[in-house]
Amino acid sequence: MPHKQKYIKYWRKNLQYLAILLSIWFVVSYGFGILLVEQLDQIRIGGFGLGFWFAQQGSIYVFVILIFVYVWLMNRLDRKHELDEREHDE
Amino acid sequence: MNVQAWTFVMVVASFAIYIGVALWARAHSTGEFYIAGSSVNPVVNGMATAADWMSAASFISMAGLISFMGRDGSVYLMGWTGGYVLLALLLAPYLRKFGKYTVPDFVGDRYYSQLARVVAVVCAIFVSFTYVAGQMRGVGIVFSRFLDVDIDIGVLIGMGIVFFYAVLGGMKGITYTQVAQYCLLIFAYMVPAIFISLVMTGHVIPQLGFGGTVSDGSGQYLLERLDGLNQALGFAAYTDGSKGMLDVLCITAALMVGTAGLPHVIVRFYTVKKVAAARISAGWALLFIALLYTTAPSVAAFARANLLNTVSDAPYESVPDWFRNWEDTGLIHFEDKNGDGRIQYTGPTSAIPNELKIDRDIMVLANPEIARLPAWVIGLVAAGGLAAALSTAAGLLLVISTAIAHDLVKRGFGHNITEHRELITARVAAGVAVCIAGYFGINPPGFVAQVVAFAFGLAASSFFPAIIMGIFSRRMNREGAVSGMIAGITFTAGYIIWFKFLHPELNSAEHWWWGISPEGIGVLGMLLNFSVAILVKRFTPGPPPAVVEMVERIRYPRGAGKAHEISV
Repeated sequence: MPHKQKYIKYWRKNLQYLAILLSIWFVVSYGFGILLVEQLDQIRIGGFGLGFWFAQQGSIYVFVILIFVYVWLMNRLDRKHELDEREHDE
Repeated sequence: MNVQAWTFVMVVASFAIYIGVALWARAHSTGEFYIAGSSVNPVVNGMATAADWMSAASFISMAGLISFMGRDGSVYLMGWTGGYVLLALLLAPYLRKFGKYTVPDFVGDRYYSQLARVVAVVCAIFVSFTYVAGQMRGVGIVFSRFLDVDIDIGVLIGMGIVFFYAVLGGMKGITYTQVAQYCLLIFAYMVPAIFISLVMTGHVIPQLGFGGTVSDGSGQYLLERLDGLNQALGFAAYTDGSKGMLDVLCITAALMVGTAGLPHVIVRFYTVKKVAAARISAGWALLFIALLYTTAPSVAAFARANLLNTVSDAPYESVPDWFRNWEDTGLIHFEDKNGDGRIQYTGPTSAIPNELKIDRDIMVLANPEIARLPAWVIGLVAAGGLAAALSTAAGLLLVISTAIAHDLVKRGFGHNITEHRELITARVAAGVAVCIAGYFGINPPGFVAQVVAFAFGLAASSFFPAIIMGIFSRRMNREGAVSGMIAGITFTAGYIIWFKFLHPELNSAEHWWWGISPEGIGVLGMLLNFSVAILVKRFTPGPPPAVVEMVERIRYPRGAGKAHEISV
C-alpha cells in the first residue's frame, strides 16, 4: 500500500479519536465509579449518591453512547478520506 | 395452570423454536459454519452477541451476587460492559478487515508463527471449556428446580438441544437461535423486574425505581431503607464498598480486558459484512446487554429489601412456600441456633449469631415467587435462564470446534483437507465438545467458580495484548509477541494457581501482592505481557515486509475486503 498523505492523516485522526473516547471511558468508570466514588456520593440525585450511580448505572450508559459516537465519527472520517468501503469491496 | 405446567409449556415452546430455526438455517459450507458466511445484519449480530455473552451467570447469578455485595457489585457491572468499548474501538473493525475465521488465525498470521498459533488455540480451547461447564450445570439446575427433573437428566436434555442446532447449523444456526434466545431472556428478565419495581416503588422503569422512594407512604428512598436494614442486621451499608480500592480497580480492569479478549465474543464480529458494520454491531450488542445490566442492580436492590423484610425475625412456622421449596433444594438452609422458632438473619458485625444461609443464585429465580407474581412469570424466568445458558454454551462450543477443525487440523498441522472434509471435522469436533461439556456439567469439578477467574485472567494476559500490538504496532514481531504471551500467561496462571489451588488458606488480602486478588491479577499479567513484548522486540529482527503490509491493510476499511474464501 502506498504511503500516501491521506493514509497517514486518516490514521492520526483515528488515534486522536481513540485517545479522547478512551479517556472518557476511563474517567466515568475508574474515575467516577471507583476512585472518586466517596467524594461524588456527597452529591445526591434522588435516592442515589452520584458515585454509586456511576458505579452501577451511569458508566454503562456512557459506554453505550461512546460506541455510537465512535461509529459516527469514524464513518464521517472514512468518507472524508474516501476510505469507506465500496460495494465491490464486500 | 400451576407453576410447573406453565414452566413446562414455556420451556417446550422455546425449544421448539430453537429447533425450527436450526432447521431453517443449516450451514452448507465452512464459511457458513464458522462465521455464518459473513452476511449477518449488524443489529441481528448485536442481539446474537448479547445472547452469546450473557450467560447463566449474568442471568441467574449476577443480580444475586450484587444483592449480597452492595456497591462492590459494580466490578461485574462495569467489568462486563466496559470491555465492549475496547472491543468496538480497538479490535472489532480491524479483525473484521483482516477476515479469516478465528483469533488464532490472526495471531498465527500476524506473528508468522505456528507456535503463536498453537498458544492461541490452547488458550481459546481452555477458556471456552471452563466457561461451558458452568453453562451446562446451569441448565441442569433450572430443570431440577422448576420441572422436578434430576439435574443430570436436565444436563442431558440441554446437551441434546445444543448438539442439534450447533452441529447442524454451525455459526449460521446459532446466530439465529441466539436472536430468539435474546428476545426470550430479556423479556423474562424485564417482566418480573418491572412488576417488582411497580409494587415496591411505583415506578414502571426499574432503573428509576432503584433510585426512587419506597411506596409505603414513608417517603424514604429505597437505597436509604436498604442501608438502614443492612446496618441494623450487622451488614455493611448497601451503598458502601468493603473491598480495597486497588483491588476493585484491578478486578474491573481484568474483567473488561478479559471480555474484549474472549474468543467467542470476538468471533461474532467476523460474521458481519463490512468494517463499518462491525463497529456499529458492537454498539448494538452493548445496548442490548446494557438493558439487562442496568436492570440487574435494580433487581438486586429490590430482592435484598424484599428478602430482609420477609425473613428477618419471621417465625419459621409461617414462612412462605418459596422458602420451603428452595429449602428442599438445599439452597436455603435454616438452623434455629437459639431455639426461639424465629429466623435471625444477621451479618458479621451483629452480636446475634446468623441462622440462615442463602445461596446467592436463587435471588433471580426466587424473586418472582418472593414478590408473589403470577405462575406464568415464574415459568418465563425458567425458560429465560435456559435460553441464557444454552446460547452461551452454543457460542463456546462453536469456538472449540472451529479451533480444532480449522486452527489445529487444517492450519496448525498443515493438512490439506477438502472443504467437505473440514466441515465434517468441524461437526464431529462440535459433537465431541458437547459431550465433554455435558460430562463436566454432570460431574462438575469442585473448582468451577475459581476457574472463571482463570478464563478472564488468561484472556486478559494473552490474547488482548497480542492482538492490540498486532494492530497498533507495525513493528511488533514474532519474538516479542510470543515471549510476551508466555510471560503473561505464566505469571497470571502461577498467581491464580498459588492462591486458589496450592495455598487456599493464604488467599486473603494481607497475602496478596499489593492487595490484588487472583480475580484481578490478569491486569498485571497484561502489563507484563506488554512490557516483555516491547523489550524483546528491541533486540530482535523486525517482521517481514508482507506482515508490515498486512498491518497497513487492516487499518483502513477500503480495499480488498474478503481475505477468506466462501464456497458452497
